[in-house]
Amino acid sequence: MSGVPDGRLARRKRTDALFRVLAAVSAAFVIGCLLLIVGAILWKSVPALNLSMLTRTPRGGFYLGREGGILNAIAGSLYLAGGATLLAFLLSLPLVLYLNLYKGRDSKTAVWTRFSLDVLWGVPSIVYGAFGFVVMMALGLRASLLAGILTVALLELPIMSRAIDEVMRLVPRELMEASDTLGATRFETAVKVMVRQTAPGILTGVLLAFGRGIGDAASVLFTAGFTDRVPASLLDPAATLPLAIFFQLGTPFPEVRQRAYASAAVLTLIVLLVSLAGRAFSRRYTRHVVK
Amino acid sequence: MRLLKDRLARRAMGGLAAVPGLLVLLIVVGLFLKSKAILGVGPLSGLLFSTAWAPLKGQFGFFAFIMGTVWVTLTALVLAVPVSILTAVYLSEYAPRWVREAAKPVIDLLAGLPSVVYGVWGVLLVVPFVGDVLAPLFGVTSSGYSILAGGLVLAVMIFPTIIHVTLEVFTSVPRSLRDASLSLGATKWETTRHVVLRKGAQGILAAGALGFSRAFGETMAVLMVVGNVPAVPRSLFDPGYPLPALIANNYGEMMSVPRYDSALMMAALVLMLIVLFFNVLARRILVRVERRFR
Repeated sequence: MSGVPDGRLARRKRTDALFRVLAAVSAAFVIGCLLLIVGAILWKSVPALNLSMLTRTPRGGFYLGREGGILNAIAGSLYLAGGATLLAFLLSLPLVLYLNLYKGRDSKTAVWTRFSLDVLWGVPSIVYGAFGFVVMMALGLRASLLAGILTVALLELPIMSRAIDEVMRLVPRELMEASDTLGATRFETAVKVMVRQTAPGILTGVLLAFGRGIGDAASVLFTAGFTDRVPASLLDPAATLPLAIFFQLGTPFPEVRQRAYASAAVLTLIVLLVSLAGRAFSRRYTRHVVK
Repeated sequence: MRLLKDRLARRAMGGLAAVPGLLVLLIVVGLFLKSKAILGVGPLSGLLFSTAWAPLKGQFGFFAFIMGTVWVTLTALVLAVPVSILTAVYLSEYAPRWVREAAKPVIDLLAGLPSVVYGVWGVLLVVPFVGDVLAPLFGVTSSGYSILAGGLVLAVMIFPTIIHVTLEVFTSVPRSLRDASLSLGATKWETTRHVVLRKGAQGILAAGALGFSRAFGETMAVLMVVGNVPAVPRSLFDPGYPLPALIANNYGEMMSVPRYDSALMMAALVLMLIVLFFNVLARRILVRVERRFR
């Protein structure tokens, strides 16, 4: 059949080739988008990027194009995302351990909790922001670092929990049974076997959540406020990088818009570094894990 | 002593396990309580289907904003779904192993970029592209700050979501089904279309729903490129004003105008409920798909 010149076969082969090319082009396009985004921002930021930008807080008239830097936003973002990540970690680690150890992995509680986490993952950050605001008002809190931390922690909780859950589900059941056989309580198994086994994966999940937290703008818009100073206490308002970028880009002055690009480059670099670090950890420290 | 510790830990952890479910409820209830003030004023349909937006006069019609959100989201989906499916097809069916392994982290990085960064990129490249290249091509004038710009930026943002889910579904289609099709003389594309895409149809639907809900609630990136004019858009080159942008833009003034805060919280509630619906839908489908392949 294949030797005979056959119009239909030729057409089928052409279609096949066409879709192969289309699929490859699509994939190249998607990957090209990442390069285009990162490339465009880094390229545009070069003229405005300098050291004083990173080490100084805004001076008078900063948003009119005068001197100063974005240290307030960098510090604010790091504090905020750091605090939120810590809080989210304190919640998600026990949560996930409970699902995997105390409850059967496929028990009803586990299935429902996972489902809720998935739903929470899909909740838009502006809704977290609005909810955080409602809670803030109810508690009589002002926009502050603390309120921002609480809100972002909620945002990070599902991301971190699901990431940790994914790795814990892979721990072989036999390993836990071995620990049980030796007379360990569940809690001891949790700390000494589960956490140790999955430490690299946990770290990756934590970094993933940190990256999301530091980049999120909509949730801190209502809750963290904005200030030109580095926050000195939990009750001070805190500036954040995403909002600094947003505000700077909103001004009509070219110098300030330049700085917005530079701030965006700083944020992009932080997020990329965190993400790559997470990847490196999960690859490097899996050596001691019993498979 | 050890047992006591164990029991304490069990209690504490068990309490935490209820947190995610409660949190979903709490968000809905919290926002609902706040939006009650506005719900009490007039009928719900008056709020949702009126275009009269004048907070100072106490008129809160959400229709223009809802339409803005719908337009931007649908544009993004129309653009993103075909490209994402083809990309997933390429990665699961055609690509050599090393390409697949190399592409995954790149897609993860794309997913991890902050939305403000997407927004800056949109202002830098997409808005001028729409305003100076696409609009003249179609014979219209546009500043570039438009539904289309928002849709383009959003499309890129939801690539990772859709690709990730479809790729997972495609790779869970058993190898033997493909081999059967190939051995009957079907070409690779025919196999993909009749076996992989058909078996994965539900998964694709779920991926679309997830992409939809992600796009629907996206705030900053869209806000920066979509123009923010509170009118029902009539073409892709018109500016729009999606719900999330409305909330984000007006948080400053909302405390000084009566019932304004309540209106914005209701906007958040509407957003939450729609996103919740599509999320639950997608997860239900995915659970069913997973069960079928196991």
